[in-house]
Amino acid sequence: MRAIDIIAGKAYPLGRPNIDTDVIIPAHHLKTITREGLGQFAFETLRAEPGNVFDDPAYAGAPILIAGDNYGCGSSREHAAWAMADMGLQAVIAPSFSDIHAGNAFKNGILTVVLPQDQVDRLLAVAKDQPITIDLENQTVTTPYQDRFRFEIDPFRKDCLLRGLDEIGITMAMDDAIATHEAKMHAETPWIEGAARAA
Amino acid sequence: MASTPAPRTLYQKIFDAHVVEQRDDGTALLYIDRHLVHEVTSPQAFDGLAAAGRKVRRPDLTLAVPDHNIPTTARADAQGNRLAVADPQSAAQLDALRRNAPLFGIELIDDLAAEQGIVHVVGPEQGFTLPGTTVVCGDSHTASHGALGALGFGIGTSEVEHVLATQTLLLKRSKSLEVRVDGELGPGVTPKDVALAIVAKLTAAGGAGYVAEYTGSVFRDMSIEGRLTVCNMSIEAGARAGLVAPDDKTFAYLQGKPRSPKGADWDRAVAYWRTLASDPRAVYDKVVTIDAATIAPLVTWGTSPDDVVAITGIVPDPAALDDPARRAAAEKSLAYMGLTAGQRMQDVTVDRIFIGSCTNSRIEDLRAAAAVARGRHVAAGVKQALVVPGSGLVKRQAEAEGLDRIFLDAGFEWREPGCSMCLAMNPDKVPAGERCASTSNRNFVGRQGPGSRTHLLSPAMAAAAAVTGRLTDVREFA
Ligand code: SF4
Repeated sequence: MRAIDIIAGKAYPLGRPNIDTDVIIPAHHLKTITREGLGQFAFETLRAEPGNVFDDPAYAGAPILIAGDNYGCGSSREHAAWAMADMGLQAVIAPSFSDIHAGNAFKNGILTVVLPQDQVDRLLAVAKDQPITIDLENQTVTTPYQDRFRFEIDPFRKDCLLRGLDEIGITMAMDDAIATHEAKMHAETPWIEGAARAA
Repeated sequence: MASTPAPRTLYQKIFDAHVVEQRDDGTALLYIDRHLVHEVTSPQAFDGLAAAGRKVRRPDLTLAVPDHNIPTTARADAQGNRLAVADPQSAAQLDALRRNAPLFGIELIDDLAAEQGIVHVVGPEQGFTLPGTTVVCGDSHTASHGALGALGFGIGTSEVEHVLATQTLLLKRSKSLEVRVDGELGPGVTPKDVALAIVAKLTAAGGAGYVAEYTGSVFRDMSIEGRLTVCNMSIEAGARAGLVAPDDKTFAYLQGKPRSPKGADWDRAVAYWRTLASDPRAVYDKVVTIDAATIAPLVTWGTSPDDVVAITGIVPDPAALDDPARRAAAEKSLAYMGLTAGQRMQDVTVDRIFIGSCTNSRIEDLRAAAAVARGRHVAAGVKQALVVPGSGLVKRQAEAEGLDRIFLDAGFEWREPGCSMCLAMNPDKVPAGERCASTSNRNFVGRQGPGSRTHLLSPAMAAAAAVTGRLTDVREFA
């Protein structure tokens, strides 16, 4: 996974609350077999609205999305995070996120930044014509107007994102502990391994 | 003073035995003994492994079976050649599993194998699911496996990839919930009714954050297949997993299954399995009790699995609900379902019947439905009545008992195993506005097809509805 440190650039000033995962990626796009290619369908229902931020050339290719409360609620589908990553999003700023979606975003290398509503409102205003900068190391969001908002993040997730480590890579580094458990299983409950395949 | 170990529940014992590493933040890295893989939630996981150049850590503990997308009509021509799957996306997912399983060294029970079926039917039936093991699958009804005293729970695609690569999962401990049902079940009351009664009592979110353990005389007396039905619907009450302590019934069920332990291993396993039951003084975080005598044959009226009413009851009146949010939800549900408050459930006519799904597609379910269908006929107003065995082995057993003839003579269709009409991902769907009496587990809006209307009930009640063309009290057929 790509390491994240500074994310700087344009931000889609969406601002709406309760953007559910059905809005992020509608159910009829779920029967895929790869993670790539979903970006073109992301926010399909919003894109049907004239003047939407996603089709506004001013924000084309923005790495940041600024949304309202409860972003990513609804179905636990991971396709939502895949679609976001595929359209080039690296971070979402919102007053709150659904737990499951925030987890899915993290697993796919997308930073979720929680800020109070008034700060999100300020960023929405600034993002209309100015870039936003997220500094993960220092846990700040800044604007060219000297705004400087600090955000909290789970230290484990921060470390993973900074080093570009995915959860699987981290667990694989614990190979000794896993092998120790397997040795115990082999000695004490041998039928667990012995029986899995039909004789 | 010597300290005695604190009494533990079945859940705590299984969890403790699988902790690879406990972290300070309360999460644990848990070892996974059994991983079931199907075609819908696995392609991206395999894709991720391939992209990172990773292998499957324990292909020997992993078993792949297609079930969700697979059509339930004939799968091979007269020469035994596989027929093409019409829907290109389903075909792509099925092909991906067929490609990925051998690539990563995983055993695949494919569409034409006699053992193929719904993952949650295949696991127990093969003896792949064993007491005291951790079982995962990219499917929320993995809770089913708790019927054998295994800790089974559903996971997402990223977690599927994580388990494939590491055979472990990062997890927080759940709270423990005891669901105790004591007493005698009345006539016509089946494990499905017990499951629906539990979901109604807990509500659809009541079990969130908990792992349920089903205790009491009703579960002690219940067959393993019945326990599978109850544990299957744990997730409908919000509980990620549901368990029944393994007992002599469990061991009798597993002995001689294709993948269950043999010889000295078997004796050793049984001795271990006997230590798993919750300790007498173990404390649960929450306890719910139900008197078995109060459970009637049940049916759902709305679009949430806790929208449950006795078959002799009426459609509830939303106006009677104090909470405005719940009232609005109930009104929306009734509008979607095309029902009016006060209507008798037994007056509700149905268009389709579905007997199948991982909840109710095992041999006992088919026997119960056949007992009602025998010598009768599907009502004229019913457009389709499907019987879909949960696996090829269930199908073969049913055919050996002549159940297929009973169903066919009565006007039912007898299909190949798979998820079928449970979820509208394959050709078996309920058209918009039509009403289905279904033995599956979810009555969500659009679950059986866009605009479909679902009434959940037991296999015997589904057969009774087929015969009368309306929701029917199965006790009339006694
Ligand atoms: S039968 Fe239905 S609930 Fe069960 S695994 Fe298949 S789709 Fe899921």
